[in-house]
Amino acid sequence: MTSSKDQGKPPLLTVFGISKQFGGAQALHDVGLQLFPAEVVALIGENGAGKSTLMKILGGILNPDAGTIQMDGVPVRLQNPAQAMKLGISLIHQELNLADNLSIEANLFLGREMTWGGPLGLANRRAMEARSASLLDRVGLGFSPKERLANLTLGQKQLVEIARSLSLDARILIMDEPTSSLAQRESERLLQVIRELRQDGVCVVFISHRLREVEAIADRVIGLRDGKNAGELSRMEINYPAMVKMMVGRDVKLKRHQPILPKIPGLPPALKVVKLRHATSKGEGVSLEIQPGELIGMAGLVGAGRTEFAETLFGIRQRVSGEIHLTGKPIKIRRPADAIAHGMALVPEDRRHHGLILADTIRGNIALPNLDTLHKGKILNFKAIKSTAQKGVAALRIRTTGISKQAGQLSGGNQQKVVLYKWLFRKPALLILDEPTRGVDVGAKEEIYDLMRQLTDKGVAILMISSDLEEILQLSDRVLVMHENKMVGALDRDQLSEESIMRLATGANS
Amino acid sequence: MSPPESKNMFTAFFSNPTVGRILGVFLLVVVLYTLMIGIEENARTVENHQNLARRIGEWGILTLGVGFVIITGGIDLSIGSVVCLSAVSFGILLENGANPYVATLVVLTGAGLIGLFHGYLVTKLNLQPFVVTLCGLFIYRGMAQFLTLIDFKKWMDPNLAAGTRILRDSSRDVGVGGRTDLTSFFWLQKGEWLGIPTPMWLFGILALLAAIFLHASVYGRYLFALGYNEQAARYAGVNTNRFKVIAYFLCSLLAGFGGILFLMKINSASPSNAGNWFELYAITGAVLGGTSLRGGEGTVIGIILGAAILPLLKTLVIFAGIPSDMEFSAIGLALLLGTLADELLRRRSEAARKGA
Repeated sequence: MTSSKDQGKPPLLTVFGISKQFGGAQALHDVGLQLFPAEVVALIGENGAGKSTLMKILGGILNPDAGTIQMDGVPVRLQNPAQAMKLGISLIHQELNLADNLSIEANLFLGREMTWGGPLGLANRRAMEARSASLLDRVGLGFSPKERLANLTLGQKQLVEIARSLSLDARILIMDEPTSSLAQRESERLLQVIRELRQDGVCVVFISHRLREVEAIADRVIGLRDGKNAGELSRMEINYPAMVKMMVGRDVKLKRHQPILPKIPGLPPALKVVKLRHATSKGEGVSLEIQPGELIGMAGLVGAGRTEFAETLFGIRQRVSGEIHLTGKPIKIRRPADAIAHGMALVPEDRRHHGLILADTIRGNIALPNLDTLHKGKILNFKAIKSTAQKGVAALRIRTTGISKQAGQLSGGNQQKVVLYKWLFRKPALLILDEPTRGVDVGAKEEIYDLMRQLTDKGVAILMISSDLEEILQLSDRVLVMHENKMVGALDRDQLSEESIMRLATGANS
Repeated sequence: MSPPESKNMFTAFFSNPTVGRILGVFLLVVVLYTLMIGIEENARTVENHQNLARRIGEWGILTLGVGFVIITGGIDLSIGSVVCLSAVSFGILLENGANPYVATLVVLTGAGLIGLFHGYLVTKLNLQPFVVTLCGLFIYRGMAQFLTLIDFKKWMDPNLAAGTRILRDSSRDVGVGGRTDLTSFFWLQKGEWLGIPTPMWLFGILALLAAIFLHASVYGRYLFALGYNEQAARYAGVNTNRFKVIAYFLCSLLAGFGGILFLMKINSASPSNAGNWFELYAITGAVLGGTSLRGGEGTVIGIILGAAILPLLKTLVIFAGIPSDMEFSAIGLALLLGTLADELLRRRSEAARKGA
């Protein structure tokens, strides 16, 4: 397929010389790009490269310090989201801007409802529901428009956001990491919708860290590095190594994990779980064993019950039945404190709500689970807290101006490193990672993978829940697959393939 | 991406959290009512029912007002003081010969301005609603007390000798100045139609308007949306500040109206007692009726039922022969038990649903 650029169509949007400064940091420096109708453009770059800033400028949320934006060749100003929308630019945020307490229909039309009764502003529900039905149809969502949004999965909500943009007659649809929190099947559905939009002449711009996905769908790739243009790849040039090189500015070799299975006979497993069940478990429950130094991947679709299993293991959810043995000894876990005392650590899926206190500093976040050691006679040992945090920042190469920076101001990758370090400080024997690299860029991802390898080399057992198949394949010694709250299979390293995992995850064997 | 398995309509209806809340408070109202008429023969009289309805009406109007604010995720602690200031101002205006309709207009305008002021502080200056209205709670009551100190008769006297004090030595209760042209105003409080007291009618009409506003108009949608996720509403182009201000405005306006009703009730208002606790009665009613203090959740039907609970409890306590000194403890305990029962029932039905 040739990109529209080659066909000599006039560009929809031309941007040049865009610069933006935050405080002392230059987020964007003299950046330019062109967008054409009916194409899918991927914007890639490491965290902090300025992708989100650029997208927010196009969406009218941020105003650039310098630069020109032209729509259909005419200079325009995008001072707020409403102006951008009017011009046909619609931005879908990383954090969804929907209200869970309202119906799908109310969300689709929020801010531009159809009304009757003049100044009374009565909602014309019937008309909006009828229109909603056709919008939902277009994105392939089989819900009633009356359904409360809270009852939808994250992926389905994302489609509702897209449907909303469609109702705005968006000509340029910008998506910030649309698939970062979606499972494989939901991602595929989304990519299908993007393809359909392209056919309808819409220009779709998306930021993604899933480079396989970019390979699969993008007509053009635009790279950013340190707030500057880092190059562009046309359809024929798009491949994984080329993209990584553009992002990090050097060649990166993708290493396959070479597992050294430390099967020392006679040593008890680091973790043994027998038929563990919680309130919504199905079947006989989950059983598994992890040897010290082993990395077990846990695959499955979103909603397969993996997070719930991890939460039960960690004492967040009530155990209904089943046994947990740590290094051969049966233990009782009633609350997370018990799990932590037994040498377990959980890096949760929802980093921003469960992993960190965003309003607190890096220092405070790292100290929180470790205050049992960072005190002198129950009075906070500020010196020890400070040095611990500084050690963490140095050891995990957390990019920050200092340990007093708020966690909420860090990029996703750096936030995740803070979460990791606050647990690693305790030297856990079993580390449970739930979606460890969601929303993390390639560079930081590799660093986190390296860290995981170092830990397993030291004998730490890791249970990694992930919806990123690439990651599961690359790192796991063994893979367990869950489907609809049941364990449906275990795959050894030599049986691992995308197909074998997906077959189990989609329930093809059950 | 298929929809969840189509649930049977019946289960779907009852598993809806909003419906569950309403059913819970409905049950509580039924239990309290049954207890009341079971406990004492005198509770079954028409007169008792009328008194009850009158009180539900008076407090219900305030509950509706605070309901708007709570739905936006805010709170208004100044309601009782606004009731007091309005009642006192209305009385002073009447005592000094003002036309009652003009006096009403003045009082309601003042109350509305108070609401706008709260809204301005909360939105433009980004102050916390709790703090803003807590300060209001003190300020307006203090203002009411000060107003009763002023001797307006002296002040207005053209022949006033220079240097005469126009301030009284202590605050006083305000009356209606023995006016005889207030029949229609007394009717607002003491009248009835078809056997139902006017305050109940007023509450009913206002509740109907509120239901249209909250559940049928787009403005209501904006309140719910911004109460749950303000950013989502703002990015969707909703002028969130304007709608927050409207919520505070309506709340104080209704409190001002409550003040007028208050004065008409016993023809007098004491600046230190009038409207005491009313903000908490209103908030309790709204919250019991399923309005979430986190914002974004609530229904008018729930608010109506919630507003009935405290008056029922108060009456029940009296008929149960509980000494008046223990009234507050008894009410608090009953509320706690009711909330506990609701929570336990909710958990059970949730567990049953998940287990199924």
